[in-house]
Amino acid sequence: MIYFDNAATSWPKPEPVVDAMSHFLREVGANPGRAAHHLANESGRIVYEARESVAALFSAPDPMRVLFGANVTQALNLAIKGFLRPGDHVVTSGIEHNAVMRPLRALEEQGLRLTVVPCSSQGWLDPGNLEAAIETDTKLIALNYASNVVGTIQPVAEVGRIAKRKGIPLLVDAAQAAGALPIDMQTEGIDLLAFTGHKGLYGPMGTGGLVVAPDFDLDRLAPLLLGGTGSHSEQEVQPTFAPDRYESGTLNVVGLAGLLAGVRWVQAQGVNALHGREVALTQRLIEGLLSTEGCEVYGPLDAEAQTATVSFNLRGVDCGEVGLRLDQEYGIMCRVGLHCSPAAHRTIGTFPRGTVRFGLGAMNTIEDVDVALDAVRDLAGE
Amino acid sequence: MGEGEYTVILVQSTSHALRGEQVLGRAGLSCKLIPVPRALASDCGACLRVARSDREAADQALRAAGLVLEGLHDI
Repeated sequence: MIYFDNAATSWPKPEPVVDAMSHFLREVGANPGRAAHHLANESGRIVYEARESVAALFSAPDPMRVLFGANVTQALNLAIKGFLRPGDHVVTSGIEHNAVMRPLRALEEQGLRLTVVPCSSQGWLDPGNLEAAIETDTKLIALNYASNVVGTIQPVAEVGRIAKRKGIPLLVDAAQAAGALPIDMQTEGIDLLAFTGHKGLYGPMGTGGLVVAPDFDLDRLAPLLLGGTGSHSEQEVQPTFAPDRYESGTLNVVGLAGLLAGVRWVQAQGVNALHGREVALTQRLIEGLLSTEGCEVYGPLDAEAQTATVSFNLRGVDCGEVGLRLDQEYGIMCRVGLHCSPAAHRTIGTFPRGTVRFGLGAMNTIEDVDVALDAVRDLAGE
Repeated sequence: MGEGEYTVILVQSTSHALRGEQVLGRAGLSCKLIPVPRALASDCGACLRVARSDREAADQALRAAGLVLEGLHDI
């Protein structure tokens, strides 16, 4: 069995992640921030340490500006709906996931103005084109760090410099990049970083959040949900400070226990070391696919310029059939179709056909890649 | 415990109390997370309790870490 669907969610998880979640459920279990007995405090410490570990991973100076939520989609909705108003102008790229496009398109119907800057057929945004799209009332730049379809890594630091020069906040969708690539919010000029816990951070589903830079004015970011926070309970209005303002309702602490263990695992392995290993596997995969007769491969075709996500098609064969046969006949699990990203598929020229996507992760081996390449060659040869 | 033995430090929320606990620990100051005394505030969360002798050092360390202190009370 070969699991190549890590771009959807990483699996298997490192043992410390499973152990941390099991420990929480067996030994801790209490609600953080709602009482001050010793188990509630222990639960709260797990949440706080998760904030610190996430802040450290992204070089964010203030752990209290790590706002936890259910996933990257919720974090992106918070950033987009919480910050933008009708009449604002937003610049984004032509390779965004629907987690960015759908909230933006919905706001567009309420008067938001949106400019989508096209990307090259390999998925790259030209920062010069983005700068040219900026208008006097542009309020936000929203950019995918790395594509979920073809892995293309965007020139985020360059866009960050443009954003700083223009005084426009930069929102980055790091769904595919967090943990897989080194991210430094300060040097890359990222104001709002949306991440998910269950991909490159090797935590469980149901974890993620928005990391906010210290100089971003939180008065301009409205929360998505209002409710109990365990703080200032005498007041019937929402607290004004982070993180409480943005974390109404009980957090997924068992998930955050797993996320904390996942981030620690990633830090112990080293982001650069994990990335280097994935580059080697990805390059082997790309070269193998390119040398397969009848195989069309999309994206940068250079493992250094992308994450470990590779999209391809077999000429004349429906990608769904390829995915089904890889699973049933070879035990290889991947994802086919449009990957919630019609914009990306239009950019690379595979809309509405879609692609077969191999998403590699830290648990994959060279043998996995070679077995998968043999399977693809078998299917392509028929 | 005798009068004046401890100082209770109120912060914005339990999240901040937990951050304060880490900050004080790293500064070599021992503290305890306790429920907010009802006489001091009507909150339902936690606050920090330090030895009275650590009051000034704790105050400085917490402020240096950017925490907003809502009150220091000797008990």
